[in-house]
Amino acid sequence: MSSDKKTTGNNMEILWKVLRFIGRYRFLLILSIVLASFSVILQLYVPILFGNAIDQIIDAGHVDFQQMWYYLSRILVMVFLSGAATWIMNIINNRMTYRTVQDIRAKAIRHIQALPLSYLDRHSTGDIISRVIADTDILSDGLLLGFTQLFSGIVTIIGTLVFMLSKNLWITLLVIVLTPLSFFVAKFISSRSFQMFRKQSEARGRQTALIEEMIGNQKIVQAFGYQEKSSRRFAQVNEELKEYSQKAVFFSSLTNPSTRFVNNVIYAAVALAGAFLIPGGYLTVGGLSVLLSYANQYMKPFNDISSVITELQNALACAARIFDLLEEAPESPDAPGTLADVKGKVDISDVSFSYTPGKKLIEHFNLQAAPGKRIAIVGPTGCGKTTFINLLMRFYDVNSGTISVDGQPVKNLSRHALRRSFGMVLQDTWIKNGTVRENICIGKPEASEEEIIEAAKKSHSWEFIRRLPKGLDTPLKEDSLSQGQKQLLCITRVMLCLPPMLILDEATSSIDTRTEMMIQEAFDQMMRGRTSFIVAHRLSTIRNADEILVMKDGSIIEQGTHDELMKKGGFYENLYNSQFVKVSE
Amino acid sequence: MRTLAPFLKNYKKESILAPFFKFLEVVFDLLVPVVIARIIDTGVAQDDRGFILQNFFILILMAAAGLTVSITAQFFAAKASVGFSAELRQAVYDHVQGLSYSELDTLGTDTLITRLTDDINQVQNGLNMGLRLLLRSPFIVIGSMVMAFTINVRCALIFAAAIPVLFLVVFVIMYLSIPLFRRVQGKLDSVTGLTRENLTGVRVIRAFCREKEAVQEFDISNQELTKLNEFVGKLSALLNPVTYVMINIATVILINHAGLQVNLGNMQQGEAVALYNYMAQMIIELIKLASLIITLNKSAACAGRVAAVLHVNSSMKFAAVTTGGPEGDSAVAFENVTFSYPGTGAPSLSNISFTAEKGQTIGIIGGTGSGKTTLVNLIARFYDATSGKVLLDGRDVTDYSLQDLRDRIGVVPQKAALFKGSIRDNMKWGREDASDEEIWDALSTAQAKEIVEGKPGQLDFALEQNGKNLSGGQRQRLTIARALVKKPEILILDDSASALDFATDAALRKALAGLKGQTTTFLVSQRAASIRQADQILVLDDGCLSGIGTHDSLLASCETYREIYFSQFPEERIKFESKDQTSSRQLSKEHGGLSARLSARGDKNSAADRNTAEAGKEAFS
Repeated sequence: MSSDKKTTGNNMEILWKVLRFIGRYRFLLILSIVLASFSVILQLYVPILFGNAIDQIIDAGHVDFQQMWYYLSRILVMVFLSGAATWIMNIINNRMTYRTVQDIRAKAIRHIQALPLSYLDRHSTGDIISRVIADTDILSDGLLLGFTQLFSGIVTIIGTLVFMLSKNLWITLLVIVLTPLSFFVAKFISSRSFQMFRKQSEARGRQTALIEEMIGNQKIVQAFGYQEKSSRRFAQVNEELKEYSQKAVFFSSLTNPSTRFVNNVIYAAVALAGAFLIPGGYLTVGGLSVLLSYANQYMKPFNDISSVITELQNALACAARIFDLLEEAPESPDAPGTLADVKGKVDISDVSFSYTPGKKLIEHFNLQAAPGKRIAIVGPTGCGKTTFINLLMRFYDVNSGTISVDGQPVKNLSRHALRRSFGMVLQDTWIKNGTVRENICIGKPEASEEEIIEAAKKSHSWEFIRRLPKGLDTPLKEDSLSQGQKQLLCITRVMLCLPPMLILDEATSSIDTRTEMMIQEAFDQMMRGRTSFIVAHRLSTIRNADEILVMKDGSIIEQGTHDELMKKGGFYENLYNSQFVKVSE
Repeated sequence: MRTLAPFLKNYKKESILAPFFKFLEVVFDLLVPVVIARIIDTGVAQDDRGFILQNFFILILMAAAGLTVSITAQFFAAKASVGFSAELRQAVYDHVQGLSYSELDTLGTDTLITRLTDDINQVQNGLNMGLRLLLRSPFIVIGSMVMAFTINVRCALIFAAAIPVLFLVVFVIMYLSIPLFRRVQGKLDSVTGLTRENLTGVRVIRAFCREKEAVQEFDISNQELTKLNEFVGKLSALLNPVTYVMINIATVILINHAGLQVNLGNMQQGEAVALYNYMAQMIIELIKLASLIITLNKSAACAGRVAAVLHVNSSMKFAAVTTGGPEGDSAVAFENVTFSYPGTGAPSLSNISFTAEKGQTIGIIGGTGSGKTTLVNLIARFYDATSGKVLLDGRDVTDYSLQDLRDRIGVVPQKAALFKGSIRDNMKWGREDASDEEIWDALSTAQAKEIVEGKPGQLDFALEQNGKNLSGGQRQRLTIARALVKKPEILILDDSASALDFATDAALRKALAGLKGQTTTFLVSQRAASIRQADQILVLDDGCLSGIGTHDSLLASCETYREIYFSQFPEERIKFESKDQTSSRQLSKEHGGLSARLSARGDKNSAADRNTAEAGKEAFS
């Protein structure tokens, strides 16, 4: 996989790459940071003004209303300014975050379309999806919000210290010395609860596996009357999980009360020190109330920053996974060659290919297909039949040798030109989320209703389409059709656009033999005058091919028509007759 | 919500104690400003260091007490929420065990798995947070107000006015944004779906040169998501600044009033500080409350989804004990059975009638979607016939108890699913008390003996989940053996030899035919070769029984069967057609002669007619 290739550099390098993505929003980013510092400083200044206002309230008859109102009115102005700044900053952050995510995803999907199939075949769909969706979300949340939070956290800490210092040096020092206490407590608890969390997630893993197994096969569970036993087994893992969970949840929830306790102690210490300092004139009552409220809030930015740093690390890890995908080398550049009026002459000379270097698959493969001929390929699993199709369609490029169509090497053709001249039906049916019509029209979006219906009738899919609740406009999902019906739809797709050459890879494997026979007729008609390559498991479907290639271990071991091969009495004859073994009576 | 409440029953004590201790913690928190006020108004004013020190220790004591009660609260909250979710999970799991196939079809297994895992975890989190914090914030908010009243009633009225206004603002913003969040989730789902489509369909997309269109479609969805996100963002971005501004306005009004009150001599400076502190405490709690409400809302949605599963009841009622008349002679009989899957229009089976005698082998053949699996599913009563009757041993299947019915039937489903555990464990699914000898017998009938013998540990060989460490054909044979261990009266093989090569398939059928006892076997297959020796073959076409009989009689009489058979054995068609021509000519000659003679007698009594015909045949032969 890609892990042996590179790790996409260190964190700084990744950060730099991410910043390039955010680069187009740098103006917004700067604005956001400016607004953040602005609103933080205002917010920190407000308690001071409140303190000043309170200092005007001394005693009965000794209240300086003039001064008090002066401070209060300034508070109102600052609060409004700070609120407005926060709101604008939030909107800017949202915009930056969502736009960056959109940009990354748009780039990712384009890159996926340009990646060679060798990459996509080797990586699980789920993995790539989680890079495009989940990792991108975490990146944006962690990085952009983290960035601004980190910044406003730092501004808050510096600001708080400055304002506290302006009130009293000693109390400020007291707070600075005592704060690390709360970090130690938090750290101690989290290292203890980590053990419990690990046990919990192990137990949860076991439970999820059991759920997937039993609920996923619920019908079998019921058919064998296994319900009670299944419930008992579940109860066992459930009990186990409960025990670990209770501990894990409890231990981790100790963090807040404990740090709060430390905070309360600091708070009391500030109150004590303040109360001792006021009579000496080192501090006013308003000043003490300011310090107390700062002491209460001082811990928050620290906690924020430490969580932001873990989030940032997490975000960078996700970014690395995204860049791994985005930096994967795309397919070789496309050639400009086009094909006009394809005759369908396919020449394959001395082609060798393997998926992994050193593990030989196709070796010195030769084949000349005259226009309009029907070539069938048979052989045991893993003999290279599907690989052959991958090469024909240029889903993979040959390692050596040449494949040419109408005398032109496919390397000199644009992929679109080549692929447009082939109609392909694969064993793996693929249905897109959309209506039946959209699924049929993939190859020919402009097809008229009549054309679609005709194609559907020819491929015998019309019978079931007609019966769907909304006919051609019925929305389809992955599971709304049976395997056989899906295969019929895929055949209809090709029936509709009728390209000059055809590839049928086990195209009818899930269709019952009777329907297959009916489709066969349609196929026969479709293949007339079209060079066709047919891979099939059922030998009955390939009997009337013009040429049958028997493949084994990547090379052709027999070649000829059905009758010739049967006469020859080799591998093919053996394969063919094995399906007629009868029960000895 | 009410559906889930009973699962908290066993944790009633904990779920009351948790908020109670949380409440105590709040009390200690709320007393802090009072103590500070005393320090300022008495200690500082009179410069009484002893008094100040004493109050400092009170603060420390209060902090320690706060820590103790808070830990106690966390403990009870953890116990209650985790215990609750464990019970809920078990209940949902057990509930699913009792659902019938129809409900499983409608709910879908994927959904059920998510509900049992993610959704219940969310509910647990929500409950835990709720028990700990949901009461804390309102306690502090209300408590601050109460404390304010004890200090100064006029100033406290400002609190009384500010709190509802704040709640209203928070509520309105939440109320407007929550449905939008749900829409964002929906849009995100569609972006995820399109990404998946681009990956799973990459060959088709490239083969049809549709890369550009696929990207365009993705872009539209992607941009819509961004737009919606930004719109929701604008709304929820208001929450913080608006509450901040409002709280501070209230504080300004408060200080102004406090100034007036102190000036009039109704209040002291320290009390003004205390009021200010209460206000500050309220700000923090209100912000916490807002984010808590978001979490709770999420978990309430999950709770709704979990409750929905519990609300789905099995549509099938089984008798507690088997009732009905005595057992009849036939093994299985269908009387004019019609069946449609819930929510679909056209019936999947229409007017099916047949009788299977004990010990017979019944082949079922037909095209994709012709109703083969549906038919055998009705025998084991996985679904109930929409109309008509399904009889097992002469009794209506609905008269059987669940246990009794399923004990009589061994099913080998299409999907060869095995479970994590040893081969022996898997085999014992059929019968818990099966001996090793019995298991080996079943394995050898299922042609699986060599597979197991070739594995290290043999019967103890550990299978991975879904039997992933076996090949498709090996799995199929083991699932057949699993059903055979049960020694069922009725054995149903639902296209379960599809991955076997022709020779193994044949050997399997031979072994099944040689089974001792009177097992009635139903063989569903697409391969004509697999069923041609069955005692009766049912030919299904689009849910209708288009033919029933032996291979030879169907070949002569059933067009559908002929088509299926010849599509697989083209050579036989030529043989048949040549033979057919001669034999049918002979047949029609004989028939023609006989019927001509019979009709000439003009007898309308069919029984008599047949008797005479037999007699006649004898006479003429």
